[in-house]
Amino acid sequence: MMPDVQEFLQIDAPALLAAVLACAACALVGNFLVLRRQGMMGDAVSHAILPGIVGGFLVAGTRETLPMMLGALAAAALAGLLIEAVRRLGRLESGAAMGVVFTVMFAAGVVMIEQASAGGVDLDADCVLYGQLETILWLAPTGWDSLRDPAVWAALPREVLTLAAVFALCAALVGLFYKELKITTFDPALASTLGIPAGLFHYGVVLLVAATAIAAFEAVGSILVIAMLIAPPAAARLLTDRLAVQILLSVALGVLAALAGYGAAAFGPMLLGASHSLNAAGMIAVASGLILALAVLFGPRHGLLGRRRAIGRLRRDPEAVA
Amino acid sequence: MQYLWRTPGSRTAPEEASPIGPPPLEIRGLTVAYHRRPVLWNVDYAAPPGGLIAVVGPNGAGKSTLIKACLGLVPRVSGAVEVFGRPIAKQRRLIGYVPQRESVDWDFPVSALDVVAMGRYGKIGWFRPVTRAHKEAALHALERVGMADFAKRQIGQLSGGQQQRVFLARALAQEAQLYFMDEPFAGVDAATERAVLQVLRDLDAAGRTVICVHHDLQTVSDYFDHALLLNTRVVAQGPVGRVMTPDLLSRTYGGRPMPAPAAVEAS
Repeated sequence: MMPDVQEFLQIDAPALLAAVLACAACALVGNFLVLRRQGMMGDAVSHAILPGIVGGFLVAGTRETLPMMLGALAAAALAGLLIEAVRRLGRLESGAAMGVVFTVMFAAGVVMIEQASAGGVDLDADCVLYGQLETILWLAPTGWDSLRDPAVWAALPREVLTLAAVFALCAALVGLFYKELKITTFDPALASTLGIPAGLFHYGVVLLVAATAIAAFEAVGSILVIAMLIAPPAAARLLTDRLAVQILLSVALGVLAALAGYGAAAFGPMLLGASHSLNAAGMIAVASGLILALAVLFGPRHGLLGRRRAIGRLRRDPEAVA
Repeated sequence: MQYLWRTPGSRTAPEEASPIGPPPLEIRGLTVAYHRRPVLWNVDYAAPPGGLIAVVGPNGAGKSTLIKACLGLVPRVSGAVEVFGRPIAKQRRLIGYVPQRESVDWDFPVSALDVVAMGRYGKIGWFRPVTRAHKEAALHALERVGMADFAKRQIGQLSGGQQQRVFLARALAQEAQLYFMDEPFAGVDAATERAVLQVLRDLDAAGRTVICVHHDLQTVSDYFDHALLLNTRVVAQGPVGRVMTPDLLSRTYGGRPMPAPAAVEAS
């Protein structure tokens, strides 16, 4: 039994749209974390923003997006600076510095939530981790025909609009600064000697990841954010040796994971005759993991099978070394 | 729009090198410290115009740090560095840089041509794409190091020597007046050694100044015109014939008894 059109447009379409936009944005900026070997930074930022979100909420006293977003951005900037400071002063490798900073900041956020909820404030640590994709509703459309009405589109849920804006921002910045992102990621020293501020680009990437994580985590939760920052770019890296192709491919794979994961969560159990559905964010993260596993196995040059074939060729004909 | 980071007010064109102008590189009282331990102490040096200069010294003598401090990549405790008479931030277009090969991630998804084209970014500036003319300049630079056939190859699939030549081609694509190279001969095959040397000689013939960190004491006198003997402080500087002496080398390498240069590492 398939759901009717109105139910699909009101419940599934906005959730699907939010998931697709969140995955696309995360995958896009995630490329630069993976290539900078700073995958851990996604972990760090998406956790370290918690005290900022709670702080923004407590200061403003509302669940409006803007104060929470500003608080989260401030927390992300603080985390970026603290990680650099701990790394230098503590003479630690950056992974260890990130591990220290984000756990402490996340813990501070959890304590702040506990304190706040003791005071009757409605904030929940669980929804930070898993998001609330299922609660994003778009009540305006009543059927396919209603989509021709601009007023229906104007009533898109706030989460979807925020995610669309963040994705557009990421795409615009990556497009505008593609060359500079490429050189500061590959060879920051050379970039500096050319007058390109490599350090500023490092913090810029951290802040962009933070903005994406903030917009995405409300809808899909921080666990999915971390998965989507890393898995699609890592899978795309295994499928191509060209940066521009990798970036486009990672976005496509992020969208694919969102569609496949949401589809499996919302409609999979129903097709099997079960009455309940699965957690969509969880299934999307699983889908992205499966995509990465497939890329690891079947990637043309870097995949396990491809490599085995190449070694087999070499055994049969050692002269034909490319 | 050029990359004029830190000097937004500067609109004047960089000065061209002239035989009677200021030296290509002038270092005055340069001190650099890592974690409060001095790595370079009160270094004074003026590079002669044109010619190939070797920076020689034991491990930990501050050779790479000297280059990085000149380029503004590590903070200075004190001192000043001028390139053709002006601070480096105003002369970026006159400088080329070849970092150590190990300083980058060779798994990065770019081709050899992409990497060489990065040498052109300083000329391209913000918001502009790499045009066909810049790609052709990059390809020409690859030709000069004998790597044109590998232009499309992902850089991780090149041998160490080929990667070194790609780095050298990138510096050529910068079309600079003063080059800093950090061990361009380290761990390369014979073909690459010849290619690197040929490029150095071409640059020298074109009147460029090249400052190389160099490890192999045997070849300093053959490959270079001048040498700077460094061990935290400057021990000696001048034409190789005058400074590559057993006495000065022994002082550079920490007073340990040093064999004559010809015998070092020869065995």
